[in-house]
Amino acid sequence: MAKEFIARGADLELKKIRKEFPGFTAIEELDLHVPAGEFFALLGPSGCGKTTTLRLVAGLETPTSGNIFIGGEDVTETKPHERPVNTVFQSYALFPHMNVLENVAFGLRQRKIDEPLVKAKEALNLVQLAHLADRKPQQLSGGQQQRVALARALVNRPSLLLLDEPLGALDLKLRREMQIELKAIQIEVGLTFLHVTHDQEEAMDMADTVAVMNKGRIEQMGAPEALYDRPKTVFVSKFLGQSNLLVGEVESSSANSISIEVAGNKISVPKARAEKHKGKIAIGFRPEKATFTSKKPTASSSTNIIGPGEIIDIRFTGVSNQYLIQVPGLGNLTVFAQNVGKSPVTELGEKVWISWSVEHSFGLADLPNTGKAV
Amino acid sequence: MKFSLGKYAFPLYAILAFIYLLIPIGYTFVFSFNDSLKTNLIWRGFTFDKWTNVCDREGVCEAFGNSVLIGVISTIAATALGTMIAIALVRYRFKFRRSTNLLLFLPMATPEVVLGAGLASQFFSLGVEKGIGTIILGHIVFCLSFVVVTVKARVSSLDPVLEEAGKDLYANPRQVFWKITFPLLLPGIAAAALLSFALSFDDFIITNFNAGADMTFPRYVFTAAARGVPAEANVIGSAVFIAAILLVLVTQINGERKRRLLLKKH
Repeated sequence: MAKEFIARGADLELKKIRKEFPGFTAIEELDLHVPAGEFFALLGPSGCGKTTTLRLVAGLETPTSGNIFIGGEDVTETKPHERPVNTVFQSYALFPHMNVLENVAFGLRQRKIDEPLVKAKEALNLVQLAHLADRKPQQLSGGQQQRVALARALVNRPSLLLLDEPLGALDLKLRREMQIELKAIQIEVGLTFLHVTHDQEEAMDMADTVAVMNKGRIEQMGAPEALYDRPKTVFVSKFLGQSNLLVGEVESSSANSISIEVAGNKISVPKARAEKHKGKIAIGFRPEKATFTSKKPTASSSTNIIGPGEIIDIRFTGVSNQYLIQVPGLGNLTVFAQNVGKSPVTELGEKVWISWSVEHSFGLADLPNTGKAV
Repeated sequence: MKFSLGKYAFPLYAILAFIYLLIPIGYTFVFSFNDSLKTNLIWRGFTFDKWTNVCDREGVCEAFGNSVLIGVISTIAATALGTMIAIALVRYRFKFRRSTNLLLFLPMATPEVVLGAGLASQFFSLGVEKGIGTIILGHIVFCLSFVVVTVKARVSSLDPVLEEAGKDLYANPRQVFWKITFPLLLPGIAAAALLSFALSFDDFIITNFNAGADMTFPRYVFTAAARGVPAEANVIGSAVFIAAILLVLVTQINGERKRRLLLKKH
């Protein structure tokens, strides 16, 4: 047990991980590399295998096949207590029979580190809870418990810190505060963070890299801005923010772009932003990248235009309004408009044309489920 | 005029019920101070003699000592075994788990006479000589079921993620058990141990079938009852009762003190 733990983050590598449970497969095949010192988010809906991935890394589950490397060392066969990894559990899992200070000192005592209580106190200082050191966990609020759980993990200076939806139980305001704090702490201690969440805003806000998981696979991985700007699959385009998707056969293609025709409108996407260049494809755009006008805009090769459509719903969300526009033959499209001036910009039932820049379009690798058949 | 049930009838009923429950205990307590001769049926005057010289009566203290010894040993054995069984039944999925659950209930459901007689014939056919050893074995059998049931409830309410957190914080399985599982199960284990001791201490039927020549306190009282229970038996009975009440009071007060402390800090 007297193994030396590295004081800074190590990289994590998952190679061909597969995990089956009796009756279902949680992870199909997973390859993942998290560079040292990075804040990495695994984002996905519940049941996508993200928590199982985390538990595999912690050693609380054993993979059916594949290998796990931490800092280049194969830890697949090692027990949880032998891994240089600590976890902040979703339910915090603070020991109810110990006070806050003893909770934080637990890992240090296990590893027979000198002056465990002094170091535990320092960790509590980091999360600004030193004044509550002798309380029992049950006497703390959810946000405070969350920070104790964080201190209890951080104090061990693990090579890799695992966070299992640690902010899930907190209310919105506290969650935003904790996001900022967590990110600041990560930068301060320089450890590798692997963060599992289903909250896309949380993932985009904090992570250097986001991997979107669906049905036991990673659908797409990249910097939050890149993922949002150019989702490659229907799932990613819908899970990370909102998207309008238009489906059609590729009709024409120029040197730089390809075009489809939907309900009499020509919609183009730059080739560099499309996964497929032939056959039936889906082209998407973000609701906030589009605008609508009551007169048809003049056609140009750099603008996509759809219309006319009818505004059937207006939702006030504070900073912006969400307009639901019904276009005959296309269904409903969403456009966001900032409430800079008059709100709403237009009235229900108004006829409008939607337009957006061609370079804000993205072409997806797969097609949306039409919803006709199950 | 409206007759208020809640105001008169319920309190009256409660008082009557308590009187009914407490009369035998009160009688035992009062007659432990009786300046009795051989029998303890008629009030002959107040004395502390029976309390101060309780061991003067032949056999009383020896029987009491045997009962305590048997109680302690069977409690320790039954609690240790029962706790392990309870954890296994809740935490692990294995073949025949459900039947094990059912089988563990059997000693509780079986009439004690049957259990006692069955054990006695087993010891006879195995050629085991009856004595304190066989009594302890018999007591472990029926205490075990109660321990499993009590501790199981506690294990079920213990969140497994706490043990996972222990593993995650570098504790090996043995350390996880002693530093996390055991302290969190302790209230349940303590309750099970107290229950075991109480069951073992006053068991008569199974003991009587498997005792041989050795006396236990309930056996002593039963035998003595043929001639009239001596006041010394009342003394021991009352003392055990008072000790139990004190134990309950102390834990209650302690709990209340802790609760107040918690409230104050908030």
